[in-house]
Amino acid sequence: MNIVVCIKQVPDSAQIRVHPVTNTIMRQGVPTIINPYDLFALEEALRLRDEYGGQVTVLSMGPPMAEDALRRALGLGADKAVLITDRRFAGSDTLATSFALTAALTTLAEERPIDIVFTGKQTIDGDTAQVGPGIARRMGLNQLTYVSAIDSLDLAAQGIVVRRRSEGGVQVLRSKLPCLITMLEDTNTIRRGTVQDLLRAARADVTVWSAEQAGVEDPMKCGLRGSPTVVKRVFAPSPRAEKAEMVTVEGKTPAQIGDALIDLLFARDPKLEAVVTAAAR
Amino acid sequence: LRKELPERFRDYKHVWVLVEIERGKVHPVSWELMGEGRKLADKLGCQLAGVVIGPKAETTKTAIRQTYHYGADVCYIVEDEALTDYRNEPYTQVLTDLVNKYKPEILLLGATPLGRDLAGSVATTLQTGLTADATELAIDDDMCLGATRPTFGGTLLCTIYTLNHRPQMATVRPRVMAMPEPDTKRSGRMIWDNLRMKEDDIITKVLEFVSDNTSKEANLAYADIVVAGGMGLKNEANLALVRNLARTLGGDWGCSRPVVQKGWAPAERQIGQTGNTIRPRLYIAAGISGAIQHRVGVEGADLIVAINTDPNAKIFEFAHLGVVADALTVLPALTDAFARRLGARALAS
Ligand SMILES: Cc1cc2nc3c(=O)[nH]c(=O)nc-3n(C[C@H](O)[C@H](O)[C@H](O)COP(=O)(O)OP(=O)(O)OC[C@H]3O[C@@H](n4cnc5c(N)ncnc54)[C@H](O)[C@@H]3O)c2cc1C
Ligand SMILES: Cc1cc2nc3c(=O)[nH]c(=O)nc-3n(C[C@H](O)[C@H](O)[C@H](O)COP(=O)(O)OP(=O)(O)OC[C@H]3O[C@@H](n4cnc5c(N)ncnc54)[C@H](O)[C@@H]3O)c2cc1C
Repeated sequence: MNIVVCIKQVPDSAQIRVHPVTNTIMRQGVPTIINPYDLFALEEALRLRDEYGGQVTVLSMGPPMAEDALRRALGLGADKAVLITDRRFAGSDTLATSFALTAALTTLAEERPIDIVFTGKQTIDGDTAQVGPGIARRMGLNQLTYVSAIDSLDLAAQGIVVRRRSEGGVQVLRSKLPCLITMLEDTNTIRRGTVQDLLRAARADVTVWSAEQAGVEDPMKCGLRGSPTVVKRVFAPSPRAEKAEMVTVEGKTPAQIGDALIDLLFARDPKLEAVVTAAAR
Repeated sequence: LRKELPERFRDYKHVWVLVEIERGKVHPVSWELMGEGRKLADKLGCQLAGVVIGPKAETTKTAIRQTYHYGADVCYIVEDEALTDYRNEPYTQVLTDLVNKYKPEILLLGATPLGRDLAGSVATTLQTGLTADATELAIDDDMCLGATRPTFGGTLLCTIYTLNHRPQMATVRPRVMAMPEPDTKRSGRMIWDNLRMKEDDIITKVLEFVSDNTSKEANLAYADIVVAGGMGLKNEANLALVRNLARTLGGDWGCSRPVVQKGWAPAERQIGQTGNTIRPRLYIAAGISGAIQHRVGVEGADLIVAINTDPNAKIFEFAHLGVVADALTVLPALTDAFARRLGARALAS
């Protein structure tokens, strides 16, 4: 089995701060992590490798420091890591991102055909869930999104059966390799790397490719220039025209606050009382 | 930034909404989008079309009729047995073929498992821009679609455009846009097309559909009354205060994202950009600061009440009623006060 897992390095969002005056995001000093959703994809890939043999490669597009995320993935048990990094990738939207990742995947597949490409369900920063389908489409892989479990895999027949989360239920799908799977969250628990893995990760080489080395033929399709979407305006949301009416709390017991609040509620929306009475029954 | 729209895109016109049918049922987000699409089409002075893809069946016919009721002027219809269950391959083929043939300038889909799966494939095939999970759609002075969504960081919004490609695509989450009133007298034109693919050509097969017997998620999104708790509640046990009030009011309960991340509540309880969007008559938020990702998920509520110890909390910028107090004491007091009144009312009637 030859499996590639796409991972993105993201800021640990809990710790992001916005500059109070300029309203810009302060990235400096913000710790980075592997996009948490990608860990479910990585674990699933490692499990398949442990069961069927083969190798797991982790692939990321990002700035040079994204090498940290890849090294962490090696520490968790991945066999090989590839970083594609180039100034020309900067400003990529999802279309340009799937373009660059597809170039690298195609280059990797020339060495050895890829059976499965895994991605996370989505990232915690861009949060679009669009890169997986983008790669599948470009590479002509069977697209299996929101997968909660792989029921069976038949390497000889190239067959795979998965459970896919859909509206109001789960689709059990039979498809074929090569495929692209976007893994749902909470479907497995990422292993702790072994001591050997950690030692290997510390010394391992992360392959670093520029756009050319990754096999990008048309740099116009990368980065800002290759991105059809344009972010034109970044702004703070406006407060409601009318300010919130504040319930006076001074000198009141919690019970009195409760009563005062209910009076205000029913005064604002007289029909609410009937709604609540009906619903509460 | 603005370049001339390339010649080949000049005749792209009209607003399209994908009518999402899964297992015979139209997802309500499609009608919400139809309502929004109607406004965009009116602003652009063009037509609104629904794209109806499904099997030859009564359910598909019903969906077509409803598409007009909710505001469409035209329906593009592809019926085929191979389209009975959603599958990426044939649906992508149908939708990209329709776009290439009939050239819409805007294409909207629900940000559902189906919509997101399909939108990503179609946008990539067409090499056009796709904005995910928009919370606001508007036409600007250049007659382009501006799709607004929160940015990471928790306080800002950004507006994304696709200036030089067509169609301009966006997905929108359920409940973000208001449900329009259907007008059962409306009808319109039908344009039929075909799936250029046979079942034998489609690799992926649906073996089975295991239906969820509980649809908790749907309840929260569609509840009339919602009470939610945030990190201000301090621990998992205190979430019971939120659940008690919700139960007394006959409503449903939810929480902010960090509460889910802490493992205090299951993911389907999350309210906000990456959780449920709600539009209740009454929303009570306790110990929630009001970050933009939370705000966009609750702004459709008719009446928002915030309970927070910090008078400068962001949530007071969009709440209608505010209480600056400790949620741990106000929640139980409010629950009692409601119980007393409802009890009195029940006795009186
Ligand atoms: C606030 C914000 C909003 C944005 N909105 C949009 C938008 O509406 N439309 C748009 O086209 N772009 C948008 N972008 C740009 C988008 O985030 C980038 O294109 C980004 O490179 C990938 O998209 P994503 O983070 O949404 O990934 P997703 O599509 O959510 O990621 C899915 C999976 O793809 C893989 N993956 C994603 N990125 C990489 C990577 N760099 N290396 C390896 N694997 C990867 C991971 O496995 C991941 O789990 C936005 C960015 C930000 C910060
Ligand atoms: C990509 C992305 C997506 C996100 N999606 C979502 C989403 O869908 N939903 C969501 O909610 N968040 C989301 N977030 C997180 C969001 O940015 C905020 O971090 C989050 O909403 C904060 O949760 P909170 O208000 O519960 O906690 P905090 O911000 O920690 O606020 C706690 C509040 O409680 C108050 N408080 C403290 N003690 C008390 C008390 N005793 N009584 C009353 N009040 C008290 C404090 O004054 C404070 O205002 C997302 C973030 C990112 C980056």
